[in-house]
Order: sequence, then C-alpha cells, then structure tokens
Amino acid sequence: MTDEVLVRIKDVVKEFPVKAGSGFGHGKRLLQAVAGVSLEVRRGETLGLVGETGCGKSTLARCVVRLLEIDGGQVLFDDEDLTTAPHAAMLPYRRRMQMVFQDPYGSLNPRRRVGSIIGDPFVIHDIGSAAGRKRQVQDLMALVGLNPEHYNRFPGEFSGGQRQRIGIARAIAVRPEFIVCDEPTSALDVSIQAQILNLLDDLQAELGLSYLFIAHDLSVVRHVSDRVAVMYLGRIMEVAPSESLYASARHPYTRALLSATPVFDPDERREHPEVILTGDPPSPLNPPTGCRFHPRCPRAQARCTAEIPALLPRHADDSGHLAACHFPLSDGEIL
Amino acid sequence: MSAKPIIAGRGPWQLAFERLRNDRTAIACAVTLVATVLVAIAAPLLALVTGHSPIEQFSEAGLSPTGIPVGPGSTFWLGADGLGRDVLVRIAYGTRVSLLVGVVASTLAVIIGAAVGITAGWFGGAIDNFLSRFMDGVLSLPFLVLALALAALVGPSLGVSIFLIVFFSWASIGRVIRAQTRSIRDREYVQAARALGAGNLRVMLVELLPVVSPTIIVYATLLIPSAIAFEATLSFLGLGVPPPTPTWGNMLADAMAYYKVAWWLLLFPGAALLTVTYTFNVLGDSLRDALDPRHDQTIRSTGGDDE
Repeated sequence: MTDEVLVRIKDVVKEFPVKAGSGFGHGKRLLQAVAGVSLEVRRGETLGLVGETGCGKSTLARCVVRLLEIDGGQVLFDDEDLTTAPHAAMLPYRRRMQMVFQDPYGSLNPRRRVGSIIGDPFVIHDIGSAAGRKRQVQDLMALVGLNPEHYNRFPGEFSGGQRQRIGIARAIAVRPEFIVCDEPTSALDVSIQAQILNLLDDLQAELGLSYLFIAHDLSVVRHVSDRVAVMYLGRIMEVAPSESLYASARHPYTRALLSATPVFDPDERREHPEVILTGDPPSPLNPPTGCRFHPRCPRAQARCTAEIPALLPRHADDSGHLAACHFPLSDGEIL
Repeated sequence: MSAKPIIAGRGPWQLAFERLRNDRTAIACAVTLVATVLVAIAAPLLALVTGHSPIEQFSEAGLSPTGIPVGPGSTFWLGADGLGRDVLVRIAYGTRVSLLVGVVASTLAVIIGAAVGITAGWFGGAIDNFLSRFMDGVLSLPFLVLALALAALVGPSLGVSIFLIVFFSWASIGRVIRAQTRSIRDREYVQAARALGAGNLRVMLVELLPVVSPTIIVYATLLIPSAIAFEATLSFLGLGVPPPTPTWGNMLADAMAYYKVAWWLLLFPGAALLTVTYTFNVLGDSLRDALDPRHDQTIRSTGGDDE
C-alpha cells in the first residue's frame, strides 16, 4: 500500500427524480441518494464503506464506475476526470476498473454459458485471439477456484459461492487496478463468505488490486479493510484507518453501528454497552437539516440542527481520522 | 481421466428439450408437422403416382356427363374439383404454399418484432415512445381494408401476401418483447456488461436477446398458424396467390360453388387447414410450458373448471 491516490471522489452528488404523490397535478421531487461525498482510494488499499440499507452506498459505487451519471462533483481515476469523458473515451478506463456485484444470482445472465460470460471482457476489449480465449478463461477459472472443466455450464448449475467466484473471475479478467465490491458476500452463507473474502484478499496480493469494499456488516469490513468510511443518509460521517475507527470512533453513529455487532465476551459487553438508536433513518426525500443524524443522536444539541458538521480531524486525531460531528466522542467515553 | 459424474448438469435449453420429450401432446404435434412437411416435399411424387398434375383438368374422367365432379374413388383418391382437377394433388401442392407463407412470414415478423421490441425496451425515452406509438398505430389499422386496397393496387401475389401478413403481425410481438426487455434491462448482469464496457449493440444481442429468445420462439410458433390462416383468407377472397396455383384458401373458395353436390371439395382442404393450424397452436402451448416451467401450473389452475 502506498499513499498514491488511485481514485478520488470529490463532492459527488447523485439525485433521482421521484414522482411525488399519485395521479395528476403532482410535480417531481428529487431524492438525493448521495449528498456530496468525498473519498479517496489509495493504490493497493481496501477502503471499506459501511452504512445501513438505503444510505446510498450502492448508488455511490455505481457512480464511481459510471454506471450512473452523477449530478455534481467529480470522480478522478488516476487524476483523469471520468465524469465528463464521452462514453467512447471510457473504454480504456473500463479495463482498469471493474465491479463485483451483490447478487450472485442476478449478476450472471442465466441464459449464457459460464465460459462465455467470463470471456466477455476479452471480447469487448479485444484481448488475445479467439483461439486462445478458452485457455485464458480456464486459467481464470482455476485462479478463482473453479473447476475449468465446468466451462460449458450455465450459471444455474452453480452454488451462490461458485457464482460469486464467476463474477470475480469476470471482474479480474482484464487485469484491472481497481475493483468496486458491492456487498459481494451479503447474499452468501457465512461459511462461504469467508472463502470469498479470502479469495479477494489473495487476488489483491497477487494482482496488486485496490478495492472499494461496500458492506453493511462491520465485522466483514473490519476483516478486509485498511481504512473504513461510514455513510449515513448520503453523507460520510466518519472515515479512518480500521484500527483507529474500531478503537476510538468519534461519531456517535459509528459507535452505535459498532455496538450493534454481536460481542461474545460478557466482560467486553460491559465495557462497551450496546447503543440502541431510536427511530428509523429519515427519508432521503426530506433529509434533516444540519447534521443528518441529529434526530436519532443521543448527543444532539441545537447546533446540530442548524449547522452541517464538516469532515475534519477531531480531538487529537491526525489527518487520517476524520469525523463529521460537532460533539465528537473522546476515547473511552460512553455514549 | 476422471470418472463421469452420475448427475450431469443441464442447461436451460436442454431442460426444455427434456420436458418436450416427455410431453405426449408435443410429440404428437411434432409427428403431425413432420408428416405435413413430408407431404409438401412429396407433392410431385404424388402427382407422378396418380398421374395427375395439380393444374391439369380432366374434363372426361373427373366430371360426370352432367358436369358434376366425381367423388373420392380409385382414380381421384379424394375426388375431383369443379374443373376436373385432382383434389389430393392440389391439397399436397397447397401444403407447400401454406408452409412457405407460414414459416417465411412468421420468421420475418418475429425478426422485425424482436429487433424493434428490444431496441425500444433497451433505449427507452424518446426512441421507445416513437417505436411504441408506431406499433400502436400498426395494430389499429384495419387488416382487410388495407389488404383489399393493396392487392387491388399491385395485384395479388405470393409476395404481397407475405408482406401483408408480416406487416400486420410484427407489432404484437414487438410489444411483448419490448415489455419483457424493459423488465430485464436493469438486471445486474446487464449492468455488469456495461461496467465491462459493452456497447448498446452488444448488450442487446448478447445479454438481452438470449433472455427474451424463449418468448420469441413461442411467438414464432404461434404466429405460423395465424399466418397460414391469413394466407388462406387472402386466397379465399382472391387476394392471395393467383390461380391456377392451388392453395387451401382458393380451393375452399372454389368449393363454394359445388359444396352441395361435392362435399369433398370443402371437407378435405378445410381439414388440412384446420389440422395444421391446430397442431401449430398446440405445439406453441407445449413449447411455452417447456421453456418456462412456471407457466405450466398457472395456465392449468386458472383455466376454468371444465377443461
């Protein structure tokens, strides 16, 4: 891992038009799924991105690989602005960044053979000869732990974990530098999750990959990430190196998320009592003013409803640990 | 070499084929259709064996002294028609026209319908709006009025028949394919293809087409009988293939003058038409069940109580 930034996400905004009400005479409203997010992914690192369902993390992922056009901000890949590039100019970058999808059942075309699915990147980017393609695909299948003899099978003949391996083989086929993993393990059995996480880890070491790893499970993210960003309702609440985030979370939301992970040691539970948040996440159609977390925050004060907190180092943290909170927790403080 | 696995995996097409093989109705239909194709191919052989060409008029052997056509017998196996022509040989030659029109017209209609439907469904927006309104327009045109007008304008022929059938058939398939395309365009495998850098054409041909192809196959099969019936209608009205070329439609039209004294003129071409259209329709249903097993139960359970 180096300090060289590979992907720079700058103030990205993504809005979806939503039909308000029903019938005639109602205008369209905008749902701001991503409300000004800035993040960096450094070469060779894994940046974890966690948040509840609906907080905009998958939308952000699709904006980064430009499956969605963004409505504000920039995504820079290797210092090249991809957000305004015409689609034809995107092709070389598509080769350098890839995506692994959440649903191993939905991300493989059920009517196509696995060999042809994994071979897609070679055809699209015109790599190698048609004659050598089967060999290339079978090498990839072996690399991700699939039986190369299953080349001619259909996705329906594989288990969830095997399908996710197929999706990973397709993503690494073009030897990308950067892969967005959109909850790659959340649809899998726990025993299979570990296999897939280890595979991603091995491939990172072998191919020098950088990951943006999205999950809603903090224990998974902790296992794989060098740094972790916490997202809530379209905004980044806190971003820090893994150890630092888990040891001394500054944002009350991060603390609440951390306390929701099951703890098996009763002593540890006594030291870190579980924080139960009240209420549901507010609708992104009508986000709270100021800090978006304030209606559910036990520490919220008047300032939180009025002023949006900036993402800054809090207390004595260095520039690597940023939190967007007016009243950050100090080390060991109980929420 | 490792031992072969006992339980072999099967792809979606293979599964559909297995289901068809176990479907007696489908097998019966397939056998009937193969027989029909053989009759069409063997039509000249039949003419040779009977010694009757399809357009030759036997005014002595085929007609009674009073001018009434002779019935089925050893010379004319299925009887003779009003001009003393052999009904059996004419039906066999008519099979050629019917199958040709049915297969060619439904193939063309399905290709156009699928292309327009996938394009409209994938691009959406203004392209979808334009194509969808165009399909609505085609579907609201009165078939017979336009057929009469066009046939009067350029004269009846096989080509005009096929054109008319295609023109009035593709839009209904197009709408179905468009709807299905819209329902799958946001699937993750389509996004995965786009993330890889696949262009519009590749997404449509490689990702979308294989998924909608079962629907295309079912519609193609169901369109063949309606195309055959369309052609028979056009020929019956004198707008199809011009005489003396025999078609089932113009044979039925000729029968109208004689059916009171010569039942075979109506019965045999009518039976041929009914058998082939019915068989294709039943086969289409079987194909739909085989290609989409979820249809199997729903059709039968909601199909009424006495069927």
